[in-house]
Amino acid sequence: MKFDSPATTSPIDRGRVIGKPLDRIDGPAKVTGTAPYAFERHDVAPNAAYGWIVGAAIAKGSITSIDSGAAEAAPGVLAVVTHRNAGPLAKGNMNTAHLLGGPGIEHYDQAVALVVADTLEQARDAAKLVQVDYAPVKGRFDLAAERDMAIKAPDGFGGAADTAVGDFAGAFARAAVKIDQSYTTPDHSHAMMEPHATTAAWNNGKLTLWTSNQMVALTLKDVAKTLGMKPEDIRLVSPYVGGGFGAKLWLRADALLAALGARAVGRPVKVAIARPQIPNNTTHRPATIQRIRIGAGKDGVIDAIGHETWSGDLPDGGAEMASQQTRLLYRGDNRMTAHRLATLDLPEGNSMRAPGEAVGLLALEVAMDELAEACNLDPVELRIRNDVQYDPEAGPQRPYSSRKLVECLRHGADRFGWSRRQARPGHMRDGRWLVGMGVASAFRGALTTDSAARVGVDGMGRVIVETDMTDIGTGSYTILGQTAAEMMGVDLAAVTVRLGDSKFPVSAGSGGQWGAASSTAGVYAACLALRRSLAEKAGFPVDQATFEDGLVRFGNQSQPLGKLAGRDGLWAEEKAEFGDLAKRYAQATFGAHFCEVGVDADTAEIRIRRMSGVFSAGRILNPKSARSQVIGAMTMGVGAALMEELTVDTRFGFFVNHDMAEYLVPVHADIPAQDVIFLDELDDKASPLKAKGVGELGICGAGAAVANAIYNATGIRLRDYPLTIDKLLERAKGSALFQG
Amino acid sequence: MRPFTYERATSVDGAAKAAAAVQGARFIAGGTNLLDLMKLQIETPAHLIDVNHLGLDRIEPTPEGGLRIGAHARNTDLATDKAVRRDYAVLSRALLAGASGQLRNKATTAGNLLQRTRCPYFYDTRMPCNKRKPGSGCGAIKGASRSLGIIGVSDACIAHHPSDMAVAMRLLDATVDTVAASGARRSIPIADFHRLPGETPHIETALTPGEIITSVTLPRPLGGRHIYRKVRDRASYAFALVSVAAVFGKDGSARFAFGGVAPKPWRVAEADAAAGAGAGAVAEAVLAGARSTAQNDFKKGLTARTLASVFRQTEGRP
Amino acid sequence: MTSENISRRGLLHGSAALVAAVPAFGVVQAGVAPGHKASERTSMASVGMTINGQDVHLQLDPRTTLLDALREHLHLTGTKKGCDHGQCGACTVIVEGRRINSCLTLAVMHEGEEVTTIEGLGTPDKLHPMQKAFIVHDGYQCGYCTPGQICSAVAVLDEIEAGIPSHVTDDLDHVAFSDVELRERMSGNICRCAAYPNIIAAIRDASGHGAAEDKA
Repeated sequence: MKFDSPATTSPIDRGRVIGKPLDRIDGPAKVTGTAPYAFERHDVAPNAAYGWIVGAAIAKGSITSIDSGAAEAAPGVLAVVTHRNAGPLAKGNMNTAHLLGGPGIEHYDQAVALVVADTLEQARDAAKLVQVDYAPVKGRFDLAAERDMAIKAPDGFGGAADTAVGDFAGAFARAAVKIDQSYTTPDHSHAMMEPHATTAAWNNGKLTLWTSNQMVALTLKDVAKTLGMKPEDIRLVSPYVGGGFGAKLWLRADALLAALGARAVGRPVKVAIARPQIPNNTTHRPATIQRIRIGAGKDGVIDAIGHETWSGDLPDGGAEMASQQTRLLYRGDNRMTAHRLATLDLPEGNSMRAPGEAVGLLALEVAMDELAEACNLDPVELRIRNDVQYDPEAGPQRPYSSRKLVECLRHGADRFGWSRRQARPGHMRDGRWLVGMGVASAFRGALTTDSAARVGVDGMGRVIVETDMTDIGTGSYTILGQTAAEMMGVDLAAVTVRLGDSKFPVSAGSGGQWGAASSTAGVYAACLALRRSLAEKAGFPVDQATFEDGLVRFGNQSQPLGKLAGRDGLWAEEKAEFGDLAKRYAQATFGAHFCEVGVDADTAEIRIRRMSGVFSAGRILNPKSARSQVIGAMTMGVGAALMEELTVDTRFGFFVNHDMAEYLVPVHADIPAQDVIFLDELDDKASPLKAKGVGELGICGAGAAVANAIYNATGIRLRDYPLTIDKLLERAKGSALFQG
Repeated sequence: MRPFTYERATSVDGAAKAAAAVQGARFIAGGTNLLDLMKLQIETPAHLIDVNHLGLDRIEPTPEGGLRIGAHARNTDLATDKAVRRDYAVLSRALLAGASGQLRNKATTAGNLLQRTRCPYFYDTRMPCNKRKPGSGCGAIKGASRSLGIIGVSDACIAHHPSDMAVAMRLLDATVDTVAASGARRSIPIADFHRLPGETPHIETALTPGEIITSVTLPRPLGGRHIYRKVRDRASYAFALVSVAAVFGKDGSARFAFGGVAPKPWRVAEADAAAGAGAGAVAEAVLAGARSTAQNDFKKGLTARTLASVFRQTEGRP
Repeated sequence: MTSENISRRGLLHGSAALVAAVPAFGVVQAGVAPGHKASERTSMASVGMTINGQDVHLQLDPRTTLLDALREHLHLTGTKKGCDHGQCGACTVIVEGRRINSCLTLAVMHEGEEVTTIEGLGTPDKLHPMQKAFIVHDGYQCGYCTPGQICSAVAVLDEIEAGIPSHVTDDLDHVAFSDVELRERMSGNICRCAAYPNIIAAIRDASGHGAAEDKA
């Protein structure tokens, strides 16, 4: 099915199942611990041996010798896999560094060996017996120091590295009000709760990987490439993913080494990347330095806007595209964005939840707060004045498919009680707490990608959905079930959804917030085809048959689905292909974050007091799970604002705080009640269901609202994230607000 | 984790004897820190002596009017104990500010005193660390030192002691009661229990090989107002950047102990003596001779501000 | 095959409980796993526990944590390994009525003790009220921290009931139920998907305290 013209009325619009805040259908499995994750596949891979990864002790250089003799002689050890005995390995298309290092070492904790043993205890112990000697060479680890050596970044997934419209330099120079500030964001770790994990088994030259992965087909392709295998000889199964946030988009060392280990020992092998290895062995969101220049009139209307981003990655890596949203979010005839990429020998930088916008808005939305102050304007009003209903680079000929940013801001301000905010910083007090309020726009692109599914009806009238789509906590099981239930006219309870298996049709996968809109489109397409088959089988005119209550109806005739499907069932497979609507229309999701913080007047401890967000993202397929996505992302935004930072040791070239005791993410006590509202909206140009994703929107701008609230509370403008006590105190010296 | 043999001790004297007899033996009670470190092979005991069943979990009054706390009283039980809540509230507060509910249910009084540093270079066996591997150097002094110590540190080590409980114990002048392998019993004032790093940061306490902690004894209650103020980067389940334990007497006297800033729970007489002169004077007294890095220099100001917060709390001011 | 497999079958199939002859092992029980060369001799230790009401008896490498005993030996994989170092709470189980991190304790240290895991609280067909509340309030997303959150939540309600104070308790002698108390007490269970407010709502609901108190 080609989606190349706006969606018209469809059975989805009935809204009997779609759009309802239904409980997740995978809920009972998750709350009872019976949902099987990748390391838990005793059911399908009994008697698996255990692999333990040995990580490189240097950041850059080479291995001069490996002595695995002691490890091999240790009790229970079955094999030690290293680059010397692993056989030829290519590098996956999506990998920047090799997943098994040696002799060259590209980053700290790059895997250099896998020790396989009968038990986990034996493997973990023997891993320490592998003696590796290295010849280190000097690496580059300091983004600020390498900034001047940075070159133009390759174009990213989200667009061109450099853009220019009008005369930015001239307009900025002429502007009545100018903002020119730099901001920094540190390296972030996904820190999903389930470590990367895989159980691998070989059978007659064919490989099965039960793994924790967001993108089944993409990763399978890289498994094939890396191992030099035919894709059809590989099966990848990922039904439950214990969080990903981008960490599990790709083939990682757990899956490759489990496959190599299992081949070496002729028995299933399972490998989890140990938590202290994750930050340096796997990927992270790269640190950025961002410079933002905004030139506006005294009325706050933007005439010139420029956003430059510097980030670093290993050779042949990619940039953090943090300037992206600045191309699209606000008006202004004169614009420029640029991305510069430095070579760093730190672990591989890559996607993390809302790559680009998540950290781009940490800068842009603070710059907007600074502009509001410079213009003596309310920051909500400033954003409203700079709204634009079309792609400001392309002009009115490329309108937004839908854009309700202004409504989000207005509605949010009302709900939050924004009018109570004191514009002058440092003028709200609650006991020992300096209180402040902040606002930020939320913006995230509404990407879609082709997605296929297979839908069937069995003889009992149950509807079955199969697609390699993953549910990484996003609610895919439920919204795909809802889509099929709505289309086929059955209750959600009558739908079985099977996901995350490469035997199933190739879906969009989970990433970039494209999953919901894309994968439901695939299921929708398959359901349309299945409806046709069923109607034909019933002898009803396809266009006039209706599906409800488990029946196909035409006039006063009806036939039960199960009877039509027969004993063998009836199946249809279809792919939704997205045409050029996204070219003709700018497509994005929008929102407005409001946050109130308290800052301790003595100690500068910062606490979130309340958060509120209003969002606009097309049809909300399931308001319950969508809300959860958004509050979770808002919390990750709080983490980015207040505490998250992979600390770089620029001498040894590694992330020092590589565990969950030292890399802090928000806990329960950090997060009070969060208020989330979705505006009623249908975007007929976004997807057949008129829906867009929300999984990343919530993080976009959330941290900036926190930062702006801190400024409002204290009068101290911090521009280097995370906004911690030490930075606030450094600037608090002499501040009357901080009594000390 | 290296292989080890395991035994469950049935008597205190037997445990101490066994520990002295077997090379590389360690006691295990709560295990929450020891097993963490064993998995990383920072601790590599050859023999574990499980001391959870020695009856050392009682909390009872002493004839002197103090409180004897069994070495293996769990953090939760100690924080909840009626006498502790009533007479040593600062200890309850310190315990409750530490770790998580799950960890407090397992972690013991003795184990908490023996808790090892959270310095990230100590925690990564590929990095230099004089505490973990004497003579290998210190990765932290010129590295990531934001969380580390500023007082009592040395050129060899700037690791901090991560405990909250121990700070309150130090404030309360607890004594640590032990039995040595020889059967000898002694009571070590907590001020002497933890050692400063100097040139030997790997030696952390006054315990001799095989010596087992049996209890921690608190002297008679101080009365007064008890406060434990912990400042950290998130609201809960995080180690202190700075913590202050304080007891303010009705007579205007006060005493202070500090966490998150030193290799041991920190207390100096000069700080107590400066109580009458206010938070600034106390801070000055405690920070005399402080040696910070660029990354943890803020702890000096934060110590002063935390003290200010504590004083404000006693004065009932917002 | 070691006896662990036999015990597991007994446990999983719900057949007659295997009653451990709870040995008081003051000394290490040395054993040799079958099929190993003499040089690969590992000392095994035996432990008997009651897990979710079933008596189990395991021969284990003493290094085996309670968490790995559950997941790898008993195939009770509902208890999750998030960090294996006491930094996340995903492995929370209830031992002798108290919640602990099962990753930071050795199985052999729990001789004769009662362990309740998520599997012991309820099943998909017979959900515990807390499990039900987590579904209704969407107190999870990826589901990986969820069993630990639920075990913790069940224990937290008991802790409040028992008058155990927390860091946010104003008066150490009067512990009262509140959202602030729940948030502090649940802080040892990290949820990176951050279903936090939903989890608090679920606990309130399951505890009978009704709708959320602290509305933004």
